Amino acid sequence: MSATILPAPLAGLPWRVLLPLTLLVAFGAAVLYSAAAGDFGVYAESHLIRYAVFLVMALVISVLPRELVQRGAYPAYAVILVMLIGVEAIGGISGGSQRWLDLGFVRLQPSELMKPAIVLVLARFYSALPASMTESWRALLPAAALVAVPVGLVLLQPDLGTGLAITFGGVVTVYLAGLPGRWFAGGALAALIAAPLAYFFALHDYQRQRVLTFLDPESDPLGTGYHITQSKIAIGSGGIFGKGFGNGSQSHLDYLPEPHTDFVFATMAEEWGLIGGLFTLLVFGIVLRWGATVARRANDRFTRLLAGGLTATIFFYAAINLSMVMGLAPVVGIPLPFMSHGGTSMMTNMICIGSLMMIERWTRREGSSRLG
Amino acid sequence: MRQPLNSNLLNQTFERRAFVVGAVQGGIGLLLAARMGYIAVAENEKYEIEAESNRVNLTLIPPRRGWILDRNGAPLASNRADFRIDIIPERTPDPQATVTALSRLLKFSPDETQDLRDRLARAAGFQPVPVAAGLDYNTFAAVSVRLPDLPGVVPQRGFSRFYPTGPSVGHLIGYVGAASREEYEAEPSPLLLTPGFKLGKDALEKQFEQTLRGEPGARRSEVTASGRVVRDLETREDVQGKAIQLTIDGPLQDYAARRLGLESGSVVVMDCRTGDLLCLSSMPSFDPNSFSDGIGRLEYQMLSADERVPLRNKVLRGLYPPGSTLKPMAAMALLEAGVDPDETVSCGGGYRLGNRFFRCLGRHGPMTMHTAIARSCNTYFYTMAHRHGYEVIAAMARTLGLGERYDLPVASQSYGTVPDAAWKQRRFGQAWTPSDSLNAVIGQGYMIANPLQLAVMAACIASGRKVRPRLMAGKQVAAPRFAYDPDHFERVRQGMSEVVNGAGTAVRSRLPFPDIMMGGKTGTAQVRSLAGGRGGTGVPWRYRDHGLFVFFAPVEQPIYAGAVVIEHGIGGSRSAAPVARDVLTYLFDPQKGLEALHALEAEWGGTAQERLARSYSGFAAATTGADVPPAPADPVAHMRLVDAEARLAAEVPAGSQPAEPAPE
Repeated sequence: MSATILPAPLAGLPWRVLLPLTLLVAFGAAVLYSAAAGDFGVYAESHLIRYAVFLVMALVISVLPRELVQRGAYPAYAVILVMLIGVEAIGGISGGSQRWLDLGFVRLQPSELMKPAIVLVLARFYSALPASMTESWRALLPAAALVAVPVGLVLLQPDLGTGLAITFGGVVTVYLAGLPGRWFAGGALAALIAAPLAYFFALHDYQRQRVLTFLDPESDPLGTGYHITQSKIAIGSGGIFGKGFGNGSQSHLDYLPEPHTDFVFATMAEEWGLIGGLFTLLVFGIVLRWGATVARRANDRFTRLLAGGLTATIFFYAAINLSMVMGLAPVVGIPLPFMSHGGTSMMTNMICIGSLMMIERWTRREGSSRLG
Repeated sequence: MRQPLNSNLLNQTFERRAFVVGAVQGGIGLLLAARMGYIAVAENEKYEIEAESNRVNLTLIPPRRGWILDRNGAPLASNRADFRIDIIPERTPDPQATVTALSRLLKFSPDETQDLRDRLARAAGFQPVPVAAGLDYNTFAAVSVRLPDLPGVVPQRGFSRFYPTGPSVGHLIGYVGAASREEYEAEPSPLLLTPGFKLGKDALEKQFEQTLRGEPGARRSEVTASGRVVRDLETREDVQGKAIQLTIDGPLQDYAARRLGLESGSVVVMDCRTGDLLCLSSMPSFDPNSFSDGIGRLEYQMLSADERVPLRNKVLRGLYPPGSTLKPMAAMALLEAGVDPDETVSCGGGYRLGNRFFRCLGRHGPMTMHTAIARSCNTYFYTMAHRHGYEVIAAMARTLGLGERYDLPVASQSYGTVPDAAWKQRRFGQAWTPSDSLNAVIGQGYMIANPLQLAVMAACIASGRKVRPRLMAGKQVAAPRFAYDPDHFERVRQGMSEVVNGAGTAVRSRLPFPDIMMGGKTGTAQVRSLAGGRGGTGVPWRYRDHGLFVFFAPVEQPIYAGAVVIEHGIGGSRSAAPVARDVLTYLFDPQKGLEALHALEAEWGGTAQERLARSYSGFAAATTGADVPPAPADPVAHMRLVDAEARLAAEVPAGSQPAEPAPE
């Protein structure tokens, strides 16, 4: 880095990522402003404030020392696991499903924190595992347990989307850790067999309905398929250049469900068209490519796996949400990072961004292994 | 031989696998971009249409119905601004309070309030629930100013059908109402489901439905997913239906209907030169105005339970033995058969045929044709018919319009029977007997006709032309003259003049003018054979004889002809002839006619409309114990155009006289 105009701490920041990201968040705020029928205070204001707050948090994360992170990996995982159990216990006592802990000043959703934490703990586990044991069962079983326990707790809530996200982050980390490819092939095969079984025995009725509807949304145009159909109408009617800012009839006349959270991309696409959609995809591409670069340049196994897993977590959010709104995936309640209104997803994604910045800083300070 | 794993190899694996993960991510990114491009570009048109059909809601505006005009262009059926109030349930947070407030403002009875609550409970969403229609402006305004306290209440202006003379035109014009399921299945148009749309249900309203209907307007509005209207985009005005004009004389129609008063009967008046129907009144009737607002169960029950069958159009569907009103026709037939009108037949109180004796109503002594018509001597006609054969009479009856179904735009006509040997053989499998001939010639036995046919018969005799009735105004053409000897018609007319103006059966019904005379013929039709003789005042109403009268005027130059039938009126001279006298008096001198009517109405207790309203509330009180007020018939300015009093103000005598027929 050879920035000379900015002071050193600022010059060290990955501006080529933060700038597009800030643009995307600002774009999201504009969409939310429109979704609130031109009211800045309803969604847009809190969206921007949250971004600012979590950006500061990300910057704080980025200056954490390596030793702290490495030593804190297991304790952090354990604390979050305890919180998950606590949520489950409170839910059991109050007789309902509960996903958050009320800490008084903030409502904390432990399952969200688990998304980066699972990557962290797995990276820590594999960095300590001797290379020669990578192909033995001792590389797999502990990792499987580390993933299965929180996923099981999340599924009990029940929260299928988050459970899938944690699993995805964990599996990608394990994959990057170099476990034998045939295990993954076998796992994929097992999943193929298990999927129909899960569909018939594990899923709730409403989840099953969503899968059915996804396969044929027009079969139930006023029921569950309504969401997918209306979302596609919003995106499709936007065309190349959109209907113009504030002119989206689908969102403004309530045809589009959840226009400010899960279906914010459809709200955006209706008014900004394909151009807005490509811009959104481009920013995600920049962020993810940066994440991949950070992972590749990282010095050691821990940081590489951590960076790779966190990038995958961000990717999972974006890919599932976009597939859903375009009718390529069933409706699962996963918001679009940096655009959807909602503090939890913003926090999780900014933790990932902050951690990537942290790894980039470590790598720079220690000198890239590739260069060394 | 595989190498043992070391961190260097793991690094290579990581590089490789990171590339795979990155490639998969990039691939999914491209897939998403392609998918979006496909939806937004390739399928753009389809989704634009879907978004537009989501956004825009098309509401039909019921078209204003075409007017029905009388011969002078005054409306017999028009439209009036209608103030109505609806509730949109979803916008009403507290339905109970709103209903309570509305009930107070609209002065609802507890039953009506409960009705409204039930309708609201059944309703869902943004479909408006009707609260009240046909409100007067003051009530409408009273609700309108309180709108801020009544969320979800929508006052609206529309149009509803209005029949200024109400019951007078009920049978003639019919009424309108919301489409039934059957009507919608026959014509599955969204217009039929539009709130406020009414279609013709009976008579002319039904026959000319397509002409009168017009083109609906449309309002395009932007609506939310739940159906709330955000704003109106554009409105296409409706096209009012075309008016139809009748030959009917509105004021005369009203006068005749009112003159029938408490009786159950009908009056037909036509222009005997052209066949233009000037009046087709059938009473008692119903008020088509109240039918248009949706007839109440109670009102319908009252009408259908009435033994005077107010729901039947007696002009077209009432069939009566014509009785002695056939005698002028029979006389005409006999003249054409070569009977010398001055030949006398001695009436000794009846006529013996074989071992049966056919009675006459009196012992008239020597009768010529002239006196036989004037005094309605059966013996003369028995004798002559037996001598010349019944066939000539049946043929003349058909020529003069009896037993014929006329080409009129009406839903149904009962056209009766002119019996003959072939008919009897076909119908009963029996041979025609001389007794049948004698019965038929005095209008009894198998002979039956409706009042319109009797009027046509009278018109034919009055004008000497083959007159057939016309109901739709248009070019007036004089009917063709019969090939019969005009002198024969004159002979018969003289006999009919004698009935009223000389020594006849209806001398009490002379017209009150020195220079205008009416000719006519009374008739009395037995309802059933009574052992004790005729069905007079001594028997229950429904067994009394029908009173009939056919007439024309003026005697010298006939213009008008017609028939009056009073059901169970005991006798033609007693009940029917006075009605004909007053109707003709009104035609020649409205002032005089109205004086007679007003005197009678004072005696009866109000106009037909007022009496109907009163008997309805009486019926309602008797039926439910609840005092249900009838819908107030608030008079509107243009009612004056067609009610009977209008003629006075108009003072245009040309209005009362049918235009001169075109020369032959």
